[in-house]
Amino acid sequence: MTASSLSADGGHGAVPTGGVPTGVPGSGSMRDWPLWEVFVRAKRGLSHQHVGSLHAPDAAMALRNARDVYTRRSEGVSIWVVPASEVVASSPDEKDAFFDPAADKAYRHPTFYVVPDDVQHL
Amino acid sequence: MQPSQEQEFQALIDADQRIEPRDWMPEAYRKTLIRQIAQHAHSEIIGMQPEGNWITRAPSLRRKAILMAKVQDEAGHGLYLYGAAETLGVGRDELLDLLHAGRQKYSSIFNYPTLTWADMGAIGWLVDGAAIVNQVPITRCSYGPYARAMVRICKEESFHQRQGFEILHTLSHGTPAQHRMAQDAVDRWWWPSLMMFGPPDDQSPNTAQSMAWRIKRFSNDELRQKFVDMTVPQAEVLGLTLPDPEIRWDETSGHHLFGEIDWTEFFRVLKGDGPCNTARMEHRRRAHDEGAWVREAASAYAEKQAARTRAGAA
Repeated sequence: MTASSLSADGGHGAVPTGGVPTGVPGSGSMRDWPLWEVFVRAKRGLSHQHVGSLHAPDAAMALRNARDVYTRRSEGVSIWVVPASEVVASSPDEKDAFFDPAADKAYRHPTFYVVPDDVQHL
Repeated sequence: MQPSQEQEFQALIDADQRIEPRDWMPEAYRKTLIRQIAQHAHSEIIGMQPEGNWITRAPSLRRKAILMAKVQDEAGHGLYLYGAAETLGVGRDELLDLLHAGRQKYSSIFNYPTLTWADMGAIGWLVDGAAIVNQVPITRCSYGPYARAMVRICKEESFHQRQGFEILHTLSHGTPAQHRMAQDAVDRWWWPSLMMFGPPDDQSPNTAQSMAWRIKRFSNDELRQKFVDMTVPQAEVLGLTLPDPEIRWDETSGHHLFGEIDWTEFFRVLKGDGPCNTARMEHRRRAHDEGAWVREAASAYAEKQAARTRAGAA
């Protein structure tokens, strides 16, 4: 064990990094319970926001675990859990093309328009 | 000419943007993060053991409730971090297998024993204090899920550190025997806490790459110095001495100077020759194996409910 194979970046103290395996990509969670994405409404009037994920065998356990993991300090008044496999996402590879229709339409923003300085409440 | 994927990746990082799970990333970046996040997660859950050791013997109901909340937080921190690691395409079960097989490690600090109640104070104040200094810059780490997990963790660590300080302050201002107990704990935990920041910069060649990727923002020595500067005045308030006669304020540098760290001890503990390495791993494996029936029962129940729903719908 040499100093060069160590990292302190793990946050809770230096750990070795040289020669440490990192698993096989895409191999995960075959034995584990399904993954759920967790959304929490922090207080009335706010929308639910994604806070993280967890594993649970069913929806009821996912909700209970989400309460224990993500709201130990009254961080929420409502929780949604969604099976991660049900989330449909846009692809980052296509992001330029996918969002392109909005890119050249600056006239959709109020700042696009020139108005005289002395006009009020506009 | 079209920029390469690697150039686009580095441009995002140089612009202080975050990398998100589905973005293209160099394989080495992904592997560095998996190692770092997984072993951080392992450290959190192994870290439950030295403190869990004192839950039944906490000196009052108040202290006991606080300690249980703290140990529960450590489990939560482990879960946030396993979740962040999983966004890189590795399974939590696989990471736990690697821990149980001894192929991934956890922080050496948890291989020291907790001999007295005062150790609960010293761990909170020094070990969690050092962890906070390490972790706060990671809230701005280039990998989004890791940075977000760290924001939650840092908020909670602050309670951990303050409760530790309070334990030591109470003991230090108690009976002479209590004061000695507090001093003894600080004597034992001070040097291992300094070692948590890792080897000196001139022996840490990986740091440059991690800094270029903005996974790491400050060097080991910079963070260690920051911790010492923060802690020395706090020790004075506690009425306790740090076990290093070379600590003194240096007007020129504006920092506290401190003595040489015994790195042979650090490497010995890291290699597995610490006081508690074997016990920590045995306990971890036993807890996992003995909990198997709970996981199986939950799966069986979920399957039974799902079958009922299917039958009802048919």
